[in-house]
Amino acid sequence: MIASPVLLAWATGLESASSISPRVDALFRGLLVAGSGMAALLLVANLTLLIRYRAGSRAQRGPVNLPVNLIEAGWIAATTVVFVAFFAWGASVYLDMERPPAGGVRIEIVARQWMWDVRHANGRRELDTLHVPAGETVRLELSSEDVIHSLFVPAFRVKQDVVPGKVVTTWFEATRPGRYRLYCSQYCGTKHAGMTGEVVVLPPAEYAAWLGRGDASGEIAARGRAALVRNGCTGCHSPGGTVRAPVLEGLHGRRIPLADGSFVLVDTAYLRDSILEPNRQVAAGFDPVMPSFKGIIPEGELLDIIAYLRVANEGTKP
Amino acid sequence: MSVDPPPASPPPDYLAAGVTVRSWLLTHDHKRVALLYLFTITAFFAIAAVAAALMRWELLTPDADLVTPDIYNRLFTLHGVLMVWFFLIPSIPNVLGNFLLPLMLGAPDVAFPRLNLASWYIFLAGGLLVLQAILTGGVDTGWTFYTPYSSTYANGQVMLMAAGVFVAGFSSIATGLNFIVTIHKFRAPGLTWFRLPLFVWSLYATSLILVLATPVLAITLLLIVLERGFGIGIFDPRLGGDPLLFQHLFWFYSHPAVYIMILPGMGVVSETIACFARKRIFGYRVVACSSLAIAVLGFLVWGHHMFVSSQSVYAGLVFSLLSFLVSVPSAVKVFNWTATFHRASIRFDTPLLYALGFMALFTIGGLTGLFLATLAVDVHVHDTYFVIAHFHYIMVGGMVMAYLGGIHYWWPKISGRLYPEGLARVSALVIFLGFNLTFFPQFVLGYLGMPRRYHIYPPEFQVLNVLSTAGASLLGLGYLLPLVYLTWSFFRGPPAGANPWRATGLEWTTASPPPERNFAESPVVSGGPYDYPEPARE
Repeated sequence: MIASPVLLAWATGLESASSISPRVDALFRGLLVAGSGMAALLLVANLTLLIRYRAGSRAQRGPVNLPVNLIEAGWIAATTVVFVAFFAWGASVYLDMERPPAGGVRIEIVARQWMWDVRHANGRRELDTLHVPAGETVRLELSSEDVIHSLFVPAFRVKQDVVPGKVVTTWFEATRPGRYRLYCSQYCGTKHAGMTGEVVVLPPAEYAAWLGRGDASGEIAARGRAALVRNGCTGCHSPGGTVRAPVLEGLHGRRIPLADGSFVLVDTAYLRDSILEPNRQVAAGFDPVMPSFKGIIPEGELLDIIAYLRVANEGTKP
Repeated sequence: MSVDPPPASPPPDYLAAGVTVRSWLLTHDHKRVALLYLFTITAFFAIAAVAAALMRWELLTPDADLVTPDIYNRLFTLHGVLMVWFFLIPSIPNVLGNFLLPLMLGAPDVAFPRLNLASWYIFLAGGLLVLQAILTGGVDTGWTFYTPYSSTYANGQVMLMAAGVFVAGFSSIATGLNFIVTIHKFRAPGLTWFRLPLFVWSLYATSLILVLATPVLAITLLLIVLERGFGIGIFDPRLGGDPLLFQHLFWFYSHPAVYIMILPGMGVVSETIACFARKRIFGYRVVACSSLAIAVLGFLVWGHHMFVSSQSVYAGLVFSLLSFLVSVPSAVKVFNWTATFHRASIRFDTPLLYALGFMALFTIGGLTGLFLATLAVDVHVHDTYFVIAHFHYIMVGGMVMAYLGGIHYWWPKISGRLYPEGLARVSALVIFLGFNLTFFPQFVLGYLGMPRRYHIYPPEFQVLNVLSTAGASLLGLGYLLPLVYLTWSFFRGPPAGANPWRATGLEWTTASPPPERNFAESPVVSGGPYDYPEPARE
């Protein structure tokens, strides 16, 4: 009985298609072996005792002087040691899952009821499908426009909750080209079960070609520029603005002084913070008068604006 | 006016002491309150079981062909809410605990009989609110009420259902308080702490959790209502809140609540094993203290529900380690039960069959819990059917088996009558097989990646889902059998006598069913709880 799911799981065999998945599988099988061993031991011990000492059997009874305290201490110590060993094994794999290697491909994904809105670095977008190169680190920057979702790719043994109000990063390195299922695994409302998709792993050259076919950086930048105007940002953030505010184009990638005398690198995170929490790190020489746009600019538009500011910067570089 | 009382005839038993509806609804007798709970939670169990059956039938095929997504989402929410708060949490404590605690202590009643009755009314009020929420539109948040979905986005009667659970929580607190005081103050002369039956120890540990954890649930539900009803930003980031704060608060209650849903079952299993092995439980003191250890450590592991929630990596490490440690006292209990069979004299009556079923299923549930405590494995199987299978092995395989075992074991005491032993053994077997067929395949489904709360799924998962649905049908049949023959036995079963199992324990020293005040005179205790005669060859 204990062995049947083990065999079934091994027989049905879930695809293993990421750099981390063999390590998770080894751990899983280690737990299966240890767990089944323990269950089998208990089963044999119980069956033996139950049969041997059934009422009316001829087995010898009467008191024996067992060293009870020693026995108790023994099995408490033994289980603790085994358990802590598995903790350490699980933790060591987990730490590597949580620490992305440097470099690689960066892809932004916005989750909303009930779709995955994928934005590649060059501006190409796709819905419910995620194209990635094989053999390269893929960093996903996940954000949600509404409730908590969770990105789950069983073949990669990757799962990460996507929590509204922050950007959560996860990563994987797909090892084999192919198509793999993608699920939302955190309940998110009516069509939760329909919030599924596919990860398409391509050889790096094919991925580059696929990406190039849909270069949309002009498009995404235009959308971001339009969002800046629509949300009234340009009313202040332009040379002739009504209120004195920094011109945004050309800021990305620079280190700027803050009102408190420190310096900050204008990167994606700083731009996002400055829109959502504008008074946290105010640029030197400006009044802290900007209102927060938290909950006003949707996550998708926020990413468009940041994408525009990154591109606008490239255009103005000396 | 002093008239000598007539010569004492034995007082009527608690069932015969009054037959009017009023005598039941205004009773102060802990045994009657226990039966009020028994009827109420059986009704809630039936409703929640029907919801489960509908879900299993929907999952027979990969497509949505029986219910709409919105209905499906409402079904799993009502299944979870009713089973957790209106069946599992009150099951053993409020039915068997209420009935047995004063009997086991040699006391005439619990410390606060009126509070005891009040807690049933509060429980009933909470249950009616939940039923109203279900009938007037339902709730689709899942029993976990995760924010900001529940506080901002979900349609339906979230506030009403939260109010129902909130109200029922006060019943838990009242019962916990009542039990703690009763155990401290109402023990018979000579009944020292280490002479208490292990069931009493498990009720004590459970009551501590009820009193300490339930207020946190109340606060959490109140905060949802504040955000949903009044727009006060607590959990929704759009209002300046933090969605993960909810998960910390919710699991700070709900993980200890898992132990509310298993500790009393462990107590029942200890009692049954001692009786049917006719032996003192091996390592009695360690088993008693392990209940307390579980209660304490159980408060420190809530973060293991949040390994993929984006909580800090270091928090994950600490919670993982503590989760492994909380498993040690549970494992120790299983070892001690096994060791109890050494040199025992074992009779395989129905209560022992349930206890053995508990040991097998709880062991599988516990071992798979270790998979989930292992960080890197949890990332993969979190929120999949692996988790569903795991906690059903604990709560249904563990707690419900123990509950049914306890009902059978103490049935002669509760009803004064015997149940049909052969039929009972068959149904115990049917339940065991049906349960395994239902939930075993779900471990594999989860490992293969089938997420929970999906009413549609990829076709490759169908075979395992069909197996699971077949098992659920068998399980449903298994649950109907005891309902039928116990009802029959209550009215027509042969008289049981005071102690049909020849068990030790004060509850067996009084008549079956016991008189209203339990004991003609307060018993005096001079020995341990399981002083069975030397199991010489019978």
